[in-house]
Amino acid sequence: MEIKVLHQVMEWNEDVSEQVKEILAAHQICMINLMGSPGAGKTSLISALIGRLKKDFRIGVIEGDIAGQVDAERIAGLGIPTVQLNTDGACHIEAMSIRHILPEFPLDDLDVIFVENIGNLVCPAEFLIGESLRITLLSIPEGDDKVEKYPLMFTDTDCLVLNKYDMLPYFDFDEAKVRANYETVNPDAPLFRVSSRTGDEMDALSDYLAGQIRRAKEGNPAKEESAGDDTDATGKEMR
Amino acid sequence: MHELSITEHLLKDCIREAEAKNASKIRVIRLCIGALRGIVPDCIQIYLDMLAEGTIAEGARIESETLPVKVRCLNCGREGEITPHHLECPHCKSLRLKLLSGKEFYIKSLDIDIKEKETERTQEANIYGNKSTTSGHGME
Repeated sequence: MEIKVLHQVMEWNEDVSEQVKEILAAHQICMINLMGSPGAGKTSLISALIGRLKKDFRIGVIEGDIAGQVDAERIAGLGIPTVQLNTDGACHIEAMSIRHILPEFPLDDLDVIFVENIGNLVCPAEFLIGESLRITLLSIPEGDDKVEKYPLMFTDTDCLVLNKYDMLPYFDFDEAKVRANYETVNPDAPLFRVSSRTGDEMDALSDYLAGQIRRAKEGNPAKEESAGDDTDATGKEMR
Repeated sequence: MHELSITEHLLKDCIREAEAKNASKIRVIRLCIGALRGIVPDCIQIYLDMLAEGTIAEGARIESETLPVKVRCLNCGREGEITPHHLECPHCKSLRLKLLSGKEFYIKSLDIDIKEKETERTQEANIYGNKSTTSGHGME
């Protein structure tokens, strides 16, 4: 016989994601989930942002990697509390891993935690980790077809950052196409064009993030209204 | 690759739902997956074959239905279906769209065999069945 179920498959992760959110809200911490391909420049971007934000905010970093701790050592070298999260082969971070790792941080002494997700444009987008804000990082050398090929990574994000923007003259990267595709799937979300190497436009991005961190401190959820609408319009109504 | 941990939880959920209905076997697991999601049903099947060994879900088949991406155009106000690889309003070609659906991922139904042994249990089930007919628990 057939039985009707109508059960959200990802509920196990989303429940824990809500718990992480509550822990962070109790400590007024903004958690930023940074996602992008291997080599997009996630670690460099975090280093560059730390340089700009550390005079105003107390920062922690969770370095997600399949193995090794090269990135964590690099960030810890900046004098920032850093915890390495090795997924031992898994291609993404889940909310449960974040919940396990949070007690490693001095939560009362932090304003923001950056999570560098595993380098991957597919899997991390499927898993909420209790973040206040999601950033998708796309670097110019990766090509302009990524929004079409990996739609969830660009729809389920709050902010797109085009990195290595100083490389634009050297690649056939159709920025107008990326912008149009991104605005289509995510009409109200901001887009930044930066180079963490040269520092171009990094101030605009760090100002935006500073605003989000302050909102978390004031107890306002950092997510944009549009993201909430999306959630209502999709999964939840099916239950 | 992320299908492994998803399948672990999916299996747990299906066994729980099926056992609540007194199932002895799960034959089919029907999933609905929005076209924007990066979930590959074939991967789920492979992992399920591995993970379900020795459980009531051993040998279960995954049947998945892809749900379309629906949008409302912020320009002409009309609604329509699009594919993830061609993101524009099907009516006026505008690029300003609001996503209405396409990110779903849920278990729709299961095909199960019900235990048919001791009469006591059947009677018990009937009693519960009678009690809850008014609330409509979805059993046929």
